[in-house]
Amino acid sequence: MIPAIGLSLGIIIGLLLQPAVPVWLQPYLPIAVIAALDAVFGAVRAILDGIFDDKVFVVSFLSNVVVAAFIVFLGDKLGVGSQLSTGVVVVLGVRIFSNVAAIRRHLFDA
Amino acid sequence: MTGTPHHPEEPVQRPAPAPPGVEPFLFEGLSPRDHEAAHPDAGDGTTAGEGPADTPQRAWQRLLRAGSPRATRANVFAMLLAGGLGFAIIAQVHQTSLEGLENLREDELVRIFADTDQNGEQLAEEIRGLQSSLELLKSQSTNEAEAQRAARERLDALGILAGTVPATGPGIVLTITDPDNKVDAPIILDTVQELRAAGAEAIQIGDVRVVAGTWFADTDQGLSVSGVEVKPPYVIKAIGDANTLAGAMEIPGGVTATVRRAGGDTDVQIEDEVTVDALLTQTSPQYARPVPTSTP
Repeated sequence: MIPAIGLSLGIIIGLLLQPAVPVWLQPYLPIAVIAALDAVFGAVRAILDGIFDDKVFVVSFLSNVVVAAFIVFLGDKLGVGSQLSTGVVVVLGVRIFSNVAAIRRHLFDA
Repeated sequence: MTGTPHHPEEPVQRPAPAPPGVEPFLFEGLSPRDHEAAHPDAGDGTTAGEGPADTPQRAWQRLLRAGSPRATRANVFAMLLAGGLGFAIIAQVHQTSLEGLENLREDELVRIFADTDQNGEQLAEEIRGLQSSLELLKSQSTNEAEAQRAARERLDALGILAGTVPATGPGIVLTITDPDNKVDAPIILDTVQELRAAGAEAIQIGDVRVVAGTWFADTDQGLSVSGVEVKPPYVIKAIGDANTLAGAMEIPGGVTATVRRAGGDTDVQIEDEVTVDALLTQTSPQYARPVPTSTP
């Protein structure tokens, strides 16, 4: 419940402020958002598995974001930024799907 | 927050979950990542006998308990991170909606450029087509006006020639008196010929227009001009170069001399404005047909 409230709060603040993404952050934010989503779904699944640890969650959330951004940064430097971004998005997407499948199985037994 | 180190494989072998009372605090040191890494296919229907396999009711309870408002560090962090995530999502969505061409990839830019180029070419083609049809219509309307003007001029000329329209202009008024009724049709015909030879463009005798088909005949009290009775004095109006016409009347052995010999007299008035207003009704030729000409 609390995280959901936090999420809605963030969305509302974002809608009110209409923030402009700084230029230096623009290539990394989309990937970072996907990585954070992956961490969130992983956390939900961990809660249902009974293995949730808030410290691990925070660390994995932050490290996910940072690593995703770093991969994109590295890809940009190596000249394969768009391909690497696609790869990261695919990997994270697969993880999100498998996590959601596990969550669904827990919650709905289906 | 037990923090007990676990091998990644452990959750597979883990027995039934802990009693509900302690469950929220039975956190393992295993991160969701590790769990995921240990079971890449955990979501593929093989979870039936796995450790934390709860009934859905208990799973919901657990989820609710984890999300229930408690002032733990976990909740504060979760809220902060979730808020940051929401904020970032909105910021990114906003940014994406604002994005113009500057963030597009090269191939997309090339495609857009080619698209625009093609569009411009099509529009230029359209402009050319419309301009050429505009030119065509303009020249057609000019030609049409020109042709109409020419046709009107031709109509006027032919109308004067055929006697279907009134004519006005410089010319003479010739009055032939004939007290002895000796001025007959041949003399009048000669007069008309003389006037035509002098360049008369429109002639009328009395109230009768003289045209190509006009004929003269003698009657008891005067003349018949194309069947219309004309009595002396004969007033002949002719439009043309006035001096030439007047001179043509006076030449030796000409009209004046002939009329005088017949006992009559002539009077020539030179006028700047002679109006020939006797009209003929146009009749279509009954037999004659124009020879078809090949029109360009």
